[in-house]
Amino acid sequence: MFVNFGSNIVRALTKYWGLFLEGVGITLLLSFITVFFGTIFGSIFALMRRSRIKAVSVFAIGYVEVIRGTPLLLQLYLFYFMLPELLPFMNLSKFACVCIALVINSSAYVCEIVRAGIQAVDPGQAEAARTLGLNGRQTMLRIVMPQAIKNILPALGNEFVTVIKETSLASTFFVGDLMTAYATVRGSMYLVIEPLVIVGIIYFVLTFSLSKLISKFERRLKASD
Amino acid sequence: MIETIDLYKDFGSLRVLNGISEHIEKGEVISIIGPSGSGKSTFLRCLNLLEIPTSGSVVFEGVNLMEKGVDINLHRQKMGMVFQHFNVFPHLTVKQNITLAPVLLKKRSQQEADEYADELLARVGLSDKAEEHPRRLSGGQKQRLAIVRALAMDPEVMLFDEPTSALDPEMVGEVLAVIKTLVQGGMTCVIVTHEMGFAREVSSRVLFMDEGKVQEQGSPDELFSNPQNPRTKAFLGKVLR
Ligand SMILES: Nc1ncnc2c1ncn2[C@@H]1O[C@H](COP(=O)(O)OP(=O)(O)O)[C@@H](O)[C@H]1O
Ligand SMILES: [Mg+2]
Repeated sequence: MFVNFGSNIVRALTKYWGLFLEGVGITLLLSFITVFFGTIFGSIFALMRRSRIKAVSVFAIGYVEVIRGTPLLLQLYLFYFMLPELLPFMNLSKFACVCIALVINSSAYVCEIVRAGIQAVDPGQAEAARTLGLNGRQTMLRIVMPQAIKNILPALGNEFVTVIKETSLASTFFVGDLMTAYATVRGSMYLVIEPLVIVGIIYFVLTFSLSKLISKFERRLKASD
Repeated sequence: MIETIDLYKDFGSLRVLNGISEHIEKGEVISIIGPSGSGKSTFLRCLNLLEIPTSGSVVFEGVNLMEKGVDINLHRQKMGMVFQHFNVFPHLTVKQNITLAPVLLKKRSQQEADEYADELLARVGLSDKAEEHPRRLSGGQKQRLAIVRALAMDPEVMLFDEPTSALDPEMVGEVLAVIKTLVQGGMTCVIVTHEMGFAREVSSRVLFMDEGKVQEQGSPDELFSNPQNPRTKAFLGKVLR
């Protein structure tokens, strides 16, 4: 059994290493796109949440609550089937649909990260800036944000780690990520455990080394304060 | 210079300011004393609308700050404020702490602001710290920085909210000394403080607050040596021992 296991792994790796490698690439690409645009839209939602215009803040709060309160897999299905119908003229590829769904999901989480990062800045900082005569925007840009960034960046790194794992759900639509590589190998070699173990180890190596990097970076940020 | 008219402030159902009408003249040095929770900070923070009064008005140099269309940011530039917990900006150097507002609000060019910052830092004995980040400063040094940061805007009045309460005892003196030189230079000051000796020494007028009201006021000698109100007597009895 164990002899077989070992040799099966070797066989799967020698035959399909290219597929696994491509899977790593696509998983990382998906994650990067997700967090990159998630950061942009999440920050916008965080600002909207703080808006004095009630309709704007209510919309942002509703968005965050609904996205965070429903399963990602459901959102993936929904947008995967809905987007092409909603935007037929755009001719969205399935990869694009999955990306959009992931961005929509991640934006809600980033929104909370940004909000928490801003809230963690001592309110005395903003007060001091306001008493000097800075307006709200100047206070945000020059005093609060530069300090909030130090809370936000490590949390964004952790979001990236989370997203790496979550993109596995996108394999439902065979977008070529790591989990898709597993499914392909399973289908052609009639093996389940071996490719799963391979893919599992790759995921772990990715997330573990990233987490280590982030905590190192975080310690550096802390030390500079 | 500053006039409050019938100032009320509620936090939810809690009434914190209970009708305060006071006139602060240019050149006055006013100490506000009173038990903790009596509304001293809230009163001070209402003067520059850090707290918005529930009713009443704050008139600064003839302008009712509560009126619509008043640019509060412009008026705040003329009211320096110093907080109990310093609130210096940790992401900026000592010098940048001082020059940020004057440059951003176009009061001075960067070069003028830098020169003025050097002068101010020299005045409070922090010249050698100009390029440091505030994390390297002691509490007393941070508070001296906070004071010159406010002074860099050339304020007409300085508001102090317990400027020495968060300091280790050995650093209280250096901060009080800086405030004293301001007073001697003719700066209008409103100082919330628990330093009774200091209040007695530098004030032109002392207000005793309790339960959201100015219960008694007078010259330091009158108020400290011969208080009339039983609450004042009780309070002073406790703090002066
Ligand atoms: N932002 C706030 N929200 C709710 N209650 C507050 C707030 N600020 C102050 N208070 C309450 O108002 C009262 C007066 O506070 P404060 O003006 O800070 O008193 P003092 O400075 O004299 O100690 C206290 O009971 C305090 O708990
Ligand atoms: Mg107070």
